[in-house]
Amino acid sequence: MYPDYMTESLKKVVASRNKRFELAKSGKPVYPPMDADEREDVLNKFHPDFKKESRKKIRIGPNKGELLTTEVTEMLESHSRIKPELFDLSNPDYETDILIIGGGGAGCAAAIVAMQHGAKSIISTKLRMGDANSMMSQGGMQAAVKPQDSPTRHYLDAMGGGHFDNKPALVRALTEDGPNVVKWLEELGMIWDKDEEGSLQAMHGGGTSRKRMLSSRDYTGAIIMRTLMDEVRNNPDKITTLEFTPTVELIMDARGRAAGGILYNIETEEYFTVKAKATINATGGYGRLHIRGFDTTNHYGATGDGLVMSYRAGAKLMYMDSVQYHPTGSVFPEQIAGFLITEAIRGAGGQPLNKFGELFVFPREPRDVESAAIIRECVEADNGIATPSGRLGVWLDSPLIDMLQGDGYINRHFPAMHRQFIRYGIDIKEEPMLIYPSLHYQNGGVEINDKCESNIPGLYVAGEASGGVHGRNRLMGNSVLDYNVFGRRAGTYATEYAKKVKLGKLNIEHVNAYEEELKKARIKTDLIAPVLLPSYTPESVRKRQLTAHYEGTLR
Amino acid sequence: MAKKKAVKKSDAKATEEKMVTVFIMGKGYKVPAEATIMGAIEYAGYLLKRGAGCREGFCGACATVYRMPGDYKIYTGLACTTRVEEGMWLAQLPASPAHKAIYDIKKIKPEVATIQELYPEVFRCVACNSCSKACPQDLEVMDYIQEAKRGNIAAVMDLSFDCVMCGLCAIRCPAEIVQYNVGLLCKRLYGRYLAPESKELTKRIKEVKSKKFDKEFKELMTAKKSDLEKQYYDRDLES
Repeated sequence: MYPDYMTESLKKVVASRNKRFELAKSGKPVYPPMDADEREDVLNKFHPDFKKESRKKIRIGPNKGELLTTEVTEMLESHSRIKPELFDLSNPDYETDILIIGGGGAGCAAAIVAMQHGAKSIISTKLRMGDANSMMSQGGMQAAVKPQDSPTRHYLDAMGGGHFDNKPALVRALTEDGPNVVKWLEELGMIWDKDEEGSLQAMHGGGTSRKRMLSSRDYTGAIIMRTLMDEVRNNPDKITTLEFTPTVELIMDARGRAAGGILYNIETEEYFTVKAKATINATGGYGRLHIRGFDTTNHYGATGDGLVMSYRAGAKLMYMDSVQYHPTGSVFPEQIAGFLITEAIRGAGGQPLNKFGELFVFPREPRDVESAAIIRECVEADNGIATPSGRLGVWLDSPLIDMLQGDGYINRHFPAMHRQFIRYGIDIKEEPMLIYPSLHYQNGGVEINDKCESNIPGLYVAGEASGGVHGRNRLMGNSVLDYNVFGRRAGTYATEYAKKVKLGKLNIEHVNAYEEELKKARIKTDLIAPVLLPSYTPESVRKRQLTAHYEGTLR
Repeated sequence: MAKKKAVKKSDAKATEEKMVTVFIMGKGYKVPAEATIMGAIEYAGYLLKRGAGCREGFCGACATVYRMPGDYKIYTGLACTTRVEEGMWLAQLPASPAHKAIYDIKKIKPEVATIQELYPEVFRCVACNSCSKACPQDLEVMDYIQEAKRGNIAAVMDLSFDCVMCGLCAIRCPAEIVQYNVGLLCKRLYGRYLAPESKELTKRIKEVKSKKFDKEFKELMTAKKSDLEKQYYDRDLES
């Protein structure tokens, strides 16, 4: 239920709805899309990345001297959790072909494909398998399967969305593998939305010039993730899953190749060593670092662990100055602040509106542009709606969807969204949602090529942890595709490599060397990373935890 | 404009907020009345390792059972999306012990015999409806178990679609069925065997395999940025 003081603004939304409905039905854009100059202008002035204090020069490591997102620089200029001299690497606790770090979509896809190519793997994951952003994507996955569409058209849309900074070979891999991924998942038992003749339902997302968003109601990520997890669990003799046991540092061999990792059981607080012929970093993103103080759509464990352990080992990062804010995070009620509202709502005809019930932006600009335009409307034009706790937001007019797509569409296609709001007495079929950009995605990551190879031999990276494929701005539906395409590729190429490599003596000397670099650069910090979990303990409680010794957020 | 961190926020507002008392595993704590169960547990000072995942109602990590004062009923909910109430007595389910059948999706059939073989306990269902009552997603869990007994795979898929696999149904079931794993099996059977084939997809995969887009890709990948930009801003939008 919205508070009474919002009634007047809500009435204005209702009053303008019929006119906006007619406009949407005409097939023309409901608001003029921005050209290149307009995009640049709104990004420069209002996107959080472009604030001066958003970026900070990193003083050590492979990207030394570059401006990275401030919170990332601070996380990278940190101490390790471990003391290398305490580990005996001559007798590792586990040995396997491939160590896969992260049990989300990319990690599970990699494990399944590696298994099909004959490699055994260990999945090390911080929480449960599937506790990942992959589980949470609602709206869909892009893949060019329609006759009026093509992988090259998909390529052009992705490049434009990424401001042409994307690595071409990666975008080609992404878009050309797309149709195959749809089929591969279906053969594993994934359910795609289809009509009775089998034709795949395809919708628009921000920045798409063809309808290519394929979906599974608004549980797309959950259905894919559970299909992959189930397949992993069906093969316990080939894939070993270690839950609540994240990897905290990489292990190297004498020739500087990645050769496994140090794992930490967060419940028993024990450390374990894993020797692996190849290592796949699939740790996902960093939303729980709450960059610039933003709420996030991300899952509990999204703390950028893979970045810091790869960086310490010498991996080069790409586009770590660029953060994605999802245009439509929820801001009311307070209990669901920051939660993701799928972009498919706008794909199906939902419109962002200011407090006067007016359109102020084309509803399907690429995410960074759409977010910046919403912030501009709230901050510069002062046309936002304030919530009781002082957050600002604009309306996202969802009742239009059933008007445009036919009665029952929201019930059939957005059951998760409907459920999210009806718990708090807001029926999105009748009333709009209140939204503001929410921290959503790590655009950059460890630089890879189209075989998922990083600059460290034996270290493969896939999914959100990698950088290059999305340039500096990812389009909707391309991350679900990304973790499948590159998870599969990582599984394939890591297996190929693992079959040939002969490892030398193991070491974790790079951890000492990095500590030495910190000292030389005179960096004083008490931060320990990987961060592993965010802390939501109130300050007053933490003060009373006198006897607790913390390493980051964990004891 | 950046918003305040959740951490700082709850602290700053603590004095002015309306508070309620909840009993976390039997121990009383004063927490903000507007908090979710998960927010309340963290506010009390716990660092969650079990019992928190996506925090948005999709992953099923935070199954919680609770009772209210003067009420004999057991209530269930997801900690991330259920609001606290005065006097609530709650405990989280750290994990649910569940039987999962191991199978090869390529070798099973979408029929009742598969259910009989992999999850024979389904046929012990006494139709008590405890599962449906426990479901935090308000699914008709018992109905899909009935459909599973009939081998109606498509109906199980549809009725169990929104399942988050939190385990609350299984833990309440007197017949010891693991409903959510039956649902997942049927979803996979449906996706692989019963969903109608997409002819356009089959055709597109053939085109990709025959390198139909090779030349276009090469042109795009070697184009100057200014040319690519022009193509991008000039491209037509499907309505």
